[in-house]
Amino acid sequence: MNDAQPLLDIRNLFVRFHTDTGVVHAVNGLNLSLRKGKSLGFVGETGAGKTTTALAALQLIQSPPGEMTGEILFQGRDVMKMTEPEKRAFRGGKIAMIFQDPMTSLNPIMTVEEQIMEMVELHSAVANTRERAREMLTLVGIRPERGKDYPHQLSGGMRQRVGIAIALACEPDLLIADEPTTALDVTIQAQVIDLIKKLQSSVRTSLLLITHDLGIVAEICDDVAIMYAGRLVETAGLRQLYKKPLHPYTQGLFDAVPRLDTDPGEKLAVIPGLTPDPTNLPEGCSFSPRCPHARHVCHERSCGMKEYEPGHFVDCHFPLDFSSGNRGDGK
Amino acid sequence: MGGTVMNKTVTGNSFTKGNSMWRYTFIRLRRNYLAMAGLVVILLLALTAIFAERIAPYGYATQDYMMIRKPPSAKHLLGTDEFGRDVLSRLIYGSRVSLQVGFIAVSIALAAGGMIGAVAGYFGGKIDNLLMRIMDVQLAIPTILLAIVISSVLGPGLFNLMIAVGITAIPRFARLMRASVLSVKNTEFIEAARAMGASHTRVILLYILPNCMAPLIVQATINVANAILFAATLSFLGLGVQPPYPEWGGMLSAARPYLRSNAYLSVFPGLAIMITIVALNCVGDGLRDALDPKQKR
Repeated sequence: MNDAQPLLDIRNLFVRFHTDTGVVHAVNGLNLSLRKGKSLGFVGETGAGKTTTALAALQLIQSPPGEMTGEILFQGRDVMKMTEPEKRAFRGGKIAMIFQDPMTSLNPIMTVEEQIMEMVELHSAVANTRERAREMLTLVGIRPERGKDYPHQLSGGMRQRVGIAIALACEPDLLIADEPTTALDVTIQAQVIDLIKKLQSSVRTSLLLITHDLGIVAEICDDVAIMYAGRLVETAGLRQLYKKPLHPYTQGLFDAVPRLDTDPGEKLAVIPGLTPDPTNLPEGCSFSPRCPHARHVCHERSCGMKEYEPGHFVDCHFPLDFSSGNRGDGK
Repeated sequence: MGGTVMNKTVTGNSFTKGNSMWRYTFIRLRRNYLAMAGLVVILLLALTAIFAERIAPYGYATQDYMMIRKPPSAKHLLGTDEFGRDVLSRLIYGSRVSLQVGFIAVSIALAAGGMIGAVAGYFGGKIDNLLMRIMDVQLAIPTILLAIVISSVLGPGLFNLMIAVGITAIPRFARLMRASVLSVKNTEFIEAARAMGASHTRVILLYILPNCMAPLIVQATINVANAILFAATLSFLGLGVQPPYPEWGGMLSAARPYLRSNAYLSVFPGLAIMITIVALNCVGDGLRDALDPKQKR
């Protein structure tokens, strides 16, 4: 769909975990592509497989219980076929990750400076790694003297900045941010988001932002992918998707966002039911048991991705018809 | 690239001094008088052992035939044994053996057990099962019996004594290490390190082991006392250091026939063992409290 080769192209990715209670189908036939220099918001409920997909891209799925099939092309190379040393050079050097919880994602017994230096040592030929680490700290707005501190001496927001500094220290081509603001309070969230946005443009890296906060996506992403039960249900450009969500699940997500103008005491909208048990996915469209518009065919087979308008893909037999307010026919 | 976001007016505060975990630990340890007293005793003992030749009034094998089994006097502060040797001097030389056995045996156990535990915990699965079952088998054999078997196979002597004592302590360290590794392994910063492109070896050595050290150090300190006691036991049975070189346990053993007539012969080596072990246990307890993160202030 793009003339240029995508930076990251995930094709038909399946990730399964073999556990005592059965096979967990974490990711089921996911197709995703991310263009260079763009940022993609990756949205879905807890357990939809967002983090698993990110870890699969980094080839960090533990392989006795986990099993991966499909292709993950990064700059045209299949990362699944890389040798272990190649994978190590690739992690951190090409794709870096910011983790969800800044309280636990830093090594408690290394100074933050040393942790940034680790990254630099592993992936670049910079001679003065300490200098580089201090530079990165300054870049994320931490006084370089604080580099001698241990993580427990920093606040949550500062630790997350350190996480960002580590991830960006070697100027990766792709930055995966796994719910980078979930563990932070709202004011710090705004700071961290601003920082990611600013650095993304200055370091010129692509961004894969995993979140369930549609507000954050609206703020920094160019494209959005909605994930449900291990597969994508809708992808589109930011404006397209926010203007006219086509999949009932996407609509449900938007309805569930609390608004300032609702009356006090009014109940928040919810999507009825729970995400399906990944060991036992429903037949047909996996959203059908919860879908208010589901018909017979939905329980029998899923629709597959279809392009409803340029760049706007939906996996639904009866996408919401935005123009007339009625449901489409799906023929 | 972007510029400085924060202002730089404030430079340096109480946080920015070099303050590692060990520094904090030492500060907390210093408040514990019992542990500090223990530490002083251990240091004194170490100095005694190092400078034994200068401190000891007589050689450990120097005999005085006029003074056989004489109670403490001005000439022989702690009396003389059945061969007319000065008990004080022998105790001083004996501290060398005890400290060496204690620390080296524990180092052997710590290195071997730690490595087995780390590998078992980190890789899990079949390797874990195999290694830990071997450890279980060893735990099922009474330690004294095992040590006796090992030292009789290797033959008596100081070095073999250390190996025997060390081997018997391996499973304890392996289990402790494995438990710590398991708790550290699944934390997010390990995943972060892997995502950074660090190899398994690097992750184990730089991220997992240092984070597992605290309980191991405590165990090691307390185990030094055990090892000394154990070495004394083996020497008492005649499997340790060979005469005429003195060893506290061996001295106790030799003094046994004179328990009624010359009690001081067994009292002083016994006291030496006791003081050392109490001191080591105090330090171990103190360290455990000081390293406990729940007590962080």
